[in-house]
Amino acid sequence: MAKITYIEFDGARHEVDVSTGLNVMEGAVKNLIPGIDADCGGACACATCHVYVDPDWVEKTGKPSEMELSMLDFAEDLQKTSRLSCQIEVDDSLDGLIVRLPETQG
Amino acid sequence: MASGGQTDTETQETYVVIGAGHGAGQAAVTLRAKGFQGRIILIGEESYAPYQRPALSKAFLSGDLALERLYFKPPEYYAKNDIDLILDTVVTRLDREKKTIALSDGRVIGYDKALLATGSRVRKIPLPGVDLPGVFYLRTIADVEGIRASCAKGAKIVIVGGGYIGLEVAASTRKLGLDVTVLETESRVMARAVGKPVSDFFEALHAEEGVTIKTGQAVKALEGKSKLERVVCADGSVWQADIAVIGVGIVPNQELAEEAGLPVDNGIVVDAACRTTDPSVFAAGDCTNHPNDIFERRLRLESVHNALEQAKTAAAAMCGIVNDYNQVPWFWSDQYNVKLQIAGLSQGYDQIVLRGDPSQRKFAAFYLKQGMLIAVDAINAVPEYMASRKLIAAHARIAPERLADMSIPMKSMIE
Repeated sequence: MAKITYIEFDGARHEVDVSTGLNVMEGAVKNLIPGIDADCGGACACATCHVYVDPDWVEKTGKPSEMELSMLDFAEDLQKTSRLSCQIEVDDSLDGLIVRLPETQG
Repeated sequence: MASGGQTDTETQETYVVIGAGHGAGQAAVTLRAKGFQGRIILIGEESYAPYQRPALSKAFLSGDLALERLYFKPPEYYAKNDIDLILDTVVTRLDREKKTIALSDGRVIGYDKALLATGSRVRKIPLPGVDLPGVFYLRTIADVEGIRASCAKGAKIVIVGGGYIGLEVAASTRKLGLDVTVLETESRVMARAVGKPVSDFFEALHAEEGVTIKTGQAVKALEGKSKLERVVCADGSVWQADIAVIGVGIVPNQELAEEAGLPVDNGIVVDAACRTTDPSVFAAGDCTNHPNDIFERRLRLESVHNALEQAKTAAAAMCGIVNDYNQVPWFWSDQYNVKLQIAGLSQGYDQIVLRGDPSQRKFAAFYLKQGMLIAVDAINAVPEYMASRKLIAAHARIAPERLADMSIPMKSMIE
């Protein structure tokens, strides 16, 4: 279990508990947080669950795979800490994680 | 559930969504997002709230994804947003004159607007023995639970049909340790969806993973005493089988619309805003025949992307916001460690250009029609896929030698 804070583009904050074994995208969908579409349901096939990981958390969330990096390369508003949230698995070590959402997905 | 809320039904508008699949779930979400405050009723034949169907033949079948993770929205979403979910129930009639729908439990519900999100169902084949225990189709959670219960390690599974579903079932059950055979009537697998180089690649991939694929094989009968024991082909070949899964395509659920007198033609006919000829009736998803300006023809698509996007378009139109839906279709498939991503529609191409090396399990096949890019099949090749989505929408013409040249980044082609 980890407490994760999702910050919408307009600044709205959502602090929710996400179970170990889910991913960061599912944590948003399950808690009805707007701003993550996740059209493909977490198959790393659509690039509509784009988030910016807070710089302090980049190390703990790990490195994106080559496939994820390629998807991100074509996402709108790419930043240094961009990730596809369906590719970040949640466990206790992510307790306190902060992610910000881009203005649009896809 | 639907009997509630009678105190204010006189003043409140009622929008019914017929179906409870991906499109239906998205439509309900969008209706609320667009500010519709009346009653929303979703009616589904299955026992489950809207869920992600693509995972059924992939991670859900192989046991890598639990049922709770399939849900499109958490089950409490619907009550929280005042959406009535009527499950295990079939809509038996759409009466456009009275503006009512009749349900299989005898209820009749009045509507102000109706959305047909009826989806599609498996194509059934009238083979002898098709009703034997051990023979399955795959479309629902219940189907997969049945298949999985029969998937003992070492069991023999024969898959009838080498399309997306057949090959995904092959990969998933191989992972579970089954002895897997795929029988395909065409001369190559996935013939309807991809070009020959891609079919060749997937045939080789499955062979490497230990799956037997036989093309040009018409199945004649499924045989067994009290349960399935073997599958018999027209050429006389016999395949021992504990389980068979039949995956030979899907057909649109258009009968409700047809019986209500709405135009149907390989799907419920709608315009670009998902409107039928009846101003109170809309349709979205697998069940529709809709125009697409990018391809300059009418399409019926079987995909999550189309279900979601048409549902958004239809829900907006129900709220009086008319947007035309014109997008490049996209699809994906996961088999072993291979991700196939398809953008566009390859029918009608006159040239295939390959980029990359199939033996590395990483390449793309571009489909050109008179020099214009109309589709791509990308195998573990994300830049090719992502760039093509933009290029296809723009009706781009790119010289074949450039497309094939790995030293030219895909990204530079969209700039």
